[in-house]
Amino acid sequence: MNLHNTKFAAVAGALFIAAAAHAQSARDQISIVGSSTVYPFATVVAERFGQTTSFKTPKIESTGSGGGMKLFCNGLGVEYADITNSSRRMKASEYKTCQENGVTDIIEVLIGYDGIALANAIDSELFDISRKDLFLALAKQVPNPDGSETFVDNPYTRWSDVNEDLPDAKIEVLGPPPTSGTRDAFAELALEGGCSEIEWIEALEKSDKDQFKAVCHTVREDGLFIEAGENDNLIVQKLEANPNALGIFGFSFLDQNSDIVQASMIDGFEPTFESIADGSYPISRPLYFYVKKAHIGVIPGIKEYLDEFTSEAAWGEEGYLADKGMISLGEDIRSEAAESIGNLENMPVLEDK
Amino acid sequence: MNDQRNTTEIVQASIKRRYAKEKRFRLYGLIAIISSLAFLAMLITTITIRGLPAFTQNFIQLDITLDQKTLGLGDEPDISALRKANYNGTIKNSLLAEFPDVTKRKDKKLLYKLVSKGGQYDLQKKVMADPELIGESMTVWLPVGDDVHTYLKGDVDITLPEKKRRFKDIQVGWIDSLQENGQIAKRFNKTFFESGDSREPELAGIRGALFGSMLTLVVTLALSFPVAVAAALYLEEFAPKNRWTDLIEVNINNLAAVPSIVFGLLGLAVFINFFHLPRSAPLVGGLVLSLMTLPTIIISSRAALKSVPPSIRDAALGLGASNLQVVFHHVLPLAMPGILTGTIIGMAQALGETAPLLMIGMVAFIVDVPTAITDPATVLPVQIFQWADLPEKGFVEKTSAAIMVLLAFLIVMNALAVYLRKKFERKW
Repeated sequence: MNLHNTKFAAVAGALFIAAAAHAQSARDQISIVGSSTVYPFATVVAERFGQTTSFKTPKIESTGSGGGMKLFCNGLGVEYADITNSSRRMKASEYKTCQENGVTDIIEVLIGYDGIALANAIDSELFDISRKDLFLALAKQVPNPDGSETFVDNPYTRWSDVNEDLPDAKIEVLGPPPTSGTRDAFAELALEGGCSEIEWIEALEKSDKDQFKAVCHTVREDGLFIEAGENDNLIVQKLEANPNALGIFGFSFLDQNSDIVQASMIDGFEPTFESIADGSYPISRPLYFYVKKAHIGVIPGIKEYLDEFTSEAAWGEEGYLADKGMISLGEDIRSEAAESIGNLENMPVLEDK
Repeated sequence: MNDQRNTTEIVQASIKRRYAKEKRFRLYGLIAIISSLAFLAMLITTITIRGLPAFTQNFIQLDITLDQKTLGLGDEPDISALRKANYNGTIKNSLLAEFPDVTKRKDKKLLYKLVSKGGQYDLQKKVMADPELIGESMTVWLPVGDDVHTYLKGDVDITLPEKKRRFKDIQVGWIDSLQENGQIAKRFNKTFFESGDSREPELAGIRGALFGSMLTLVVTLALSFPVAVAAALYLEEFAPKNRWTDLIEVNINNLAAVPSIVFGLLGLAVFINFFHLPRSAPLVGGLVLSLMTLPTIIISSRAALKSVPPSIRDAALGLGASNLQVVFHHVLPLAMPGILTGTIIGMAQALGETAPLLMIGMVAFIVDVPTAITDPATVLPVQIFQWADLPEKGFVEKTSAAIMVLLAFLIVMNALAVYLRKKFERKW
């Protein structure tokens, strides 16, 4: 009985390992990880790729940009991801990790832009606000209103306190929590952008970088900025119910809900496909993905996936990614990029500044 | 004499009070049951009302000409050319033929949205099955787009000003005229049960997640049930009672209360990073979930084994049975109903987990339906979570429908447990 049991366990164990090893050596499906901002676009391409070619549909995990880079740079081989999506450019430190782990040849693809909208309910008054006013209204610490070069806890509670031209309404902004990439981008592009318009704070960037970051990136915590969770649908619904509130979310949600919410003008520009593409709307960020060159030819379909993603039908101005709310690159940049990607050119070496 | 009568009187008087107390207590119990039933009914009704439209799909009847030029095919197209052909173009042509007065670019874009993006894949399948169709004209029923489906199920308030809704007057006109001609039909939504995930709400199906859940649970059950029952049997029937077994018992009880994400991290470190098992596979998901359900099954199995009367053991031993025979012939069969109940509770818990699966890559967009335990897969609760997060409104009903499927799965599992319990149950 005992002997029999041991034998059985040994056979079961061996089978188990064999099955796993088989699965590893024979991965025939592209594995993609990375940003949750790129996820809704990458999934559309992947689905179409699966339908129109003989390859399997790629598997896409939404791990966040940083988490994706970590999985991507872990090494070469079938157990590591082939492609990572990112809502920012690869950092020099991440590039170094990649190189150290043998991931030396990487193709970088800039696919388009994502705008971040500040919006309120469609029946409410339209906001026309500058980044400086946004900073003054939302930062935790702001310059002392008496004009001295010191910081005080944000004293403003109404938009009209910040700037007389703004509506006389309570400041109430719904936004994503600090774990979200949208929040990072908002802090960096909107708040820091407004922050640097105040001269003596900009000077601080050179003398005391840490304090500059702390001041410009920290959002107020006294209840006027409300963390509404990662789900952008929820923010849109809350705006509909509360006409006094403003919300921060991605452009694709604005596009899908144009019957419920309207976007505020920032520095005089409304977020539209055109204004984000030409860079005049200030709060937008680039979307990238990175491909391991060594995996091309090992995992079937990577080259074809690249071709599908960079085809006019996908990332063009009239392409299906634009239908989902992605902002296309300019035509020249697209054709140039498509060519260098077609030749599988390596990305430039990233080094610490 | 006087005293005694007094006691009787006191008791007599208190009887009424005591009965009232009991009545009140029963009433509280009844209120508790009714209110929990009301909550349950409310939950199920909202989910059903929201989810039901997902089980039907509307179709548009169109005359399609599969001409070579629009499809962009040569004379002898190979398979990959057939796969890539411009089926969407033929659908667009047929829509323009149906409504010839649409000329503005913006209106054309709206018109093309009447038919779902899945329509071209339907045509693709037809042509690939029979390439002779190229050049022919045919009448087909194609699924409608997301916005049209929302309108047809009555969720668009057309009394609102046009600016405030996604569905415009011109679209309402097209749909009304199609309806008059009988070119719109409502049918059972087979796609929902036959396909995997999709980014288009009208094409998204539950099959991938359902199969993923089944495969994961099979692995979980196959690993955790034998190990847990053997552990419980050893601890309860054979192990000496000393400090070591006490320590083990305390640890098992503690493990039952550990947050599930911890098991996910463990799974990532051990199964994926050390043993190099594939990410996103039901195999790893099942391994992680069986770690999580083991303590639950062990604890309930031990309780079931304890409740078997000692007289049964004594009688068997008295008749000369060995210890092993006592356990396998008498104690285990009698404890089986209790063990099965514990197992089902554990499995139901495993069915609803998402947190540990996040770490091992099962929270992912996967279109192909998994067929083996090493294929990438996702599970039902993850699918619900992902659909709830997407911007398209059509996913609201899909989310509720997926919840209904999850509930049905649970009911089937529980029914099976009840049946097995009845089969093994013995009364004395």
